[in-house]
Amino acid sequence: MPARTRKPLSRIRSWGPPLLLVAPTIVIIAVFVYGLIAVNTQVSMTDRHSLQPATRFVGLENYFALLTEDRFLHSLWNLLIFTIVFIAGTMLFGFLWAWLLEKGVTAEGVFRSIYLFPMAVSFVASGVVWRWLLNSAEGDRASGLNRLFESMGLGFLQNPWWSDPTWGMAAIALPAVWQLAGYVMALFLAGFRGVPIELREAARMDGASEWKLYRHVIFPQLGPVALSALVIVSHMSLKVFDLIMSITKAIYQTEVPATYMWVVLTGNDYAKAATIATIMLLLAAVFIVPYLNYTNRKEREGR
Amino acid sequence: MTAAAPTSAALSLAPAARTRRRILSRTAKYVLLVIFVVVVLTPVYVLVVTSLKPPADVNPATSWGLPIRWPWEAATEGGPTGFDNWTLAWNALAPSLGRTFAMTIPAALISSMLGSMNGFVFSLWRFPHANLVFTLVLFGMFIPYQAIMTPLVQMKTTLGMPSNVVTLLIVHIIYGLPICTLIFRNYYESVPFEILEASRVDGAGMLRTFGSIILPISVPAFVVTIIWQFTSAWNDFLFAMFLSDTSGGPVSLALNNLAQGAQLSNYGASMAGALIASAPTLLVYIILGKYFVGGLMSGSVK
Amino acid sequence: MRKKLIAAAALAAALTLTACSGDGGNGNGGGDGGDNQVEVFTWWASGSEKVGLDALVKVFGEQHPDVEFINAAVAGGAGSNAKAALASRLEAKNPPDSFQAHAGAELSDYIAAGQLQDVSSLYTEFGLTDAFPKSLLDRLTVDGKIYSVPSNIHRANVVWVNPAVLEKAGIDASKAPATMEAWIADLQKLKDAGVETPLALGTEWTQMQLFETVLLSELGADGYSGLWNGDTQWTDPGVKKAAEDYKKLLGYANSDYAGLDWDAATQIVIDGNAGYNVMGDWAEAAFQQAGLKYDSDYTTWPVPGTDGVFDFLADSFTLPVGAPHEKAAKAWLQTVSSAEGQKAFNLAKGSIPARTDVDASEYPAYQQTAIASWSSDTVVSSLAHGAAAPVAWSSDISSAIGKFGSDGNVDSFLTALTDAAKKALG
Repeated sequence: MPARTRKPLSRIRSWGPPLLLVAPTIVIIAVFVYGLIAVNTQVSMTDRHSLQPATRFVGLENYFALLTEDRFLHSLWNLLIFTIVFIAGTMLFGFLWAWLLEKGVTAEGVFRSIYLFPMAVSFVASGVVWRWLLNSAEGDRASGLNRLFESMGLGFLQNPWWSDPTWGMAAIALPAVWQLAGYVMALFLAGFRGVPIELREAARMDGASEWKLYRHVIFPQLGPVALSALVIVSHMSLKVFDLIMSITKAIYQTEVPATYMWVVLTGNDYAKAATIATIMLLLAAVFIVPYLNYTNRKEREGR
Repeated sequence: MTAAAPTSAALSLAPAARTRRRILSRTAKYVLLVIFVVVVLTPVYVLVVTSLKPPADVNPATSWGLPIRWPWEAATEGGPTGFDNWTLAWNALAPSLGRTFAMTIPAALISSMLGSMNGFVFSLWRFPHANLVFTLVLFGMFIPYQAIMTPLVQMKTTLGMPSNVVTLLIVHIIYGLPICTLIFRNYYESVPFEILEASRVDGAGMLRTFGSIILPISVPAFVVTIIWQFTSAWNDFLFAMFLSDTSGGPVSLALNNLAQGAQLSNYGASMAGALIASAPTLLVYIILGKYFVGGLMSGSVK
Repeated sequence: MRKKLIAAAALAAALTLTACSGDGGNGNGGGDGGDNQVEVFTWWASGSEKVGLDALVKVFGEQHPDVEFINAAVAGGAGSNAKAALASRLEAKNPPDSFQAHAGAELSDYIAAGQLQDVSSLYTEFGLTDAFPKSLLDRLTVDGKIYSVPSNIHRANVVWVNPAVLEKAGIDASKAPATMEAWIADLQKLKDAGVETPLALGTEWTQMQLFETVLLSELGADGYSGLWNGDTQWTDPGVKKAAEDYKKLLGYANSDYAGLDWDAATQIVIDGNAGYNVMGDWAEAAFQQAGLKYDSDYTTWPVPGTDGVFDFLADSFTLPVGAPHEKAAKAWLQTVSSAEGQKAFNLAKGSIPARTDVDASEYPAYQQTAIASWSSDTVVSSLAHGAAAPVAWSSDISSAIGKFGSDGNVDSFLTALTDAAKKALG
């Protein structure tokens, strides 16, 4: 980015008017993001486990209770499996598609639009069809993917999908991959396009093969894009809720912190719900805060 | 990358062989691309085909096939047809469709407007520590909304807000602010500084500069944020579930009830419903796809 | 019939609400003053439930022509989000006039928070103490008070049997096995005869319902009821035996049970791919829809070992503290509990009335058997449907059952159950 100074401007104009212009947003965000987070954190440190008001401050008691609870650890484990498959799947397909489409593909726009379209559909809507596709019945009663496998002579691929106790969560990640791989593709595609033409040409002049061109020239340029994609996809993974609710509803087998929090809240245990929510926020912050920092720093350098 | 020596392969291959290899790799590429298209579109096929099957014709053995009797064929025999799925789904969703439009469109317009003001300030008309404030605003877009949900629900009740799209409209404006601000900020970053200089020389104030110089050139960014906000508000389920109910809530809630609240699972109607509920966002995507992607990309901050 | 509503039982308790929605303001009573209207929240917005509610409202119109009924039905059981909203609405002292909730322990959160009025005086006034079975009154009474009026009754401990399947192993479907052991032996016979899945089972709450009937079979009515007030210890050997039997039963179930809804599980029996399914009596509608005839194409008996016990669940209506139109709300409760109201509603919905003074011959074949049991059997509360334990406790048990379904570890299952009870009973 070309260096350009804004300093004179901000010196000349007092900072009053611009601050006034964004004041509504600042107030809204202060109240509805930071204020509510504060209230939530405060509730998580009380004994408000029912409809009755809290009677006392309990410090981190709820946190210790939760973090030693099998059920919560199980939901974290589920989330981990989901996240790994989700990230691996979206990154893999997103990258592959972008690479395939990167140059000289006739009707590139059509392919791109098709790969990306699931992003325009809600999880609730796609959940309807994925619930059908991931039907766990096998043999005669099989429908969905299991039936497809069977009729293609791939019967051995039949599996219980998300009702498998150990790897069920990996199956739940499939619809999420389907939905968001196109997004990662779009990010990577922008990354590929952002590689300066001169770099490619210089490498070609040197007689580098196509593969070497990618391996040594283009891929290394994609680091920042990959990082962005990774952060965005992981924080989406942390929030997964709609998809699970529409495929399995809130059951133990596919429980993640977000659905657990929902179950707890409908049981009127406000303090516990708030505790789960705060832990989710902390998990998100682990990705987001360093990332925002990094982007900020990069921007300052760029200017 | 200066050292890369000519590879032996490139030298030794005769032109004909090289052409053949290129054709081969091109073919492989297209085959792969087409396979992925099939995979990605499979759920759509299932949605359409299942929604057209009368309940009586739904059975596991033929579940992947085209309808045994198309709706118009079944109609001649009397009895339920695949169209009944659509009627059922339409009746279940229709009341909420209007409400959802009434919620998503204003939500998109208002948060875009606020976002453009914010973006203008954060990129072109800063104040001390504007960057820090911007980052703090931006953080709001990444939080798991569960972290604010419990107090938000209570706040809603305390204020006596209704359990319908009115409340959701406000909520979508609020939580759409960070991303709209981000999109406009990134967009304005590319505005030539000279334009502002000129305006400054004219002695125009901030508001006039914004209104007469910046707003007119902001149309593309508006399209992006409006589409983005429209789509995400339309597709939202989390806020809808916590803050509204089916008698006043958006289409996502109605669809979930159709698909999960049915007495006996009726996949045909659920799938017809999924298609109906997705139609508006899909249309937007097909018609304005370019801008839709613009919104997506800005989610990556830079 | 109830469907997934029930699936969401743990959640749905109070999905009643909506009050503040749309046409808002009604809840505030406001300028209307008077008791000329009653705002009632239900989740009966579609299907036979809607038909039932309409029939009930018609009777209400006849009995109380001066009161306008304001229907605030919320569609779909999946709208359990309403729970949170209702809770906070009650907290904000802005309740509806009456809301639907599962009868029994599911109300305990509201009771503890002082949000529901004692309606036992209405029971006397309307003569319900005589009309309802004594053992139902026992189940509904908390510290001498009653907080809701049941509108309809369902039975949870019912085995749905496909005689044609049983024939393959030479088992006579008309005679129920006397004990759990005998039943398990029959299941084994079916398996040996080549029936791949003798027992059809579905998702988490249907597993919970199966488990509760095994507990009931093992502990008997008193022992089972004692689990919920601390009279029976969860460390009781009977609980362990029940867990072991339940594990055996899982061994005869379809392997994909975790992924099936109740109707898909029942369908396996209807299709003749399984011999038995334990399900509430809303399953009747599925058999009817499939055109099967009671007693010949399918039959029912109480879960073996629970004969003479009626594992009940019920919808009921409440009188919240601060209901804006209290007099009208009482009129509504009067209609709900009246012989005419119960008849109109239950005939339409396919359940049975809570009253025992009804003419069973007006009901279909299955319901007749249920009505007969209802007036003679011992009534116990269903766990899976919110009657036995408060929401938080059921949720803990539900997750323990979900876990047991995947690891089959009896010891850790029992530990989880004991811990859950300790937490709930304090």
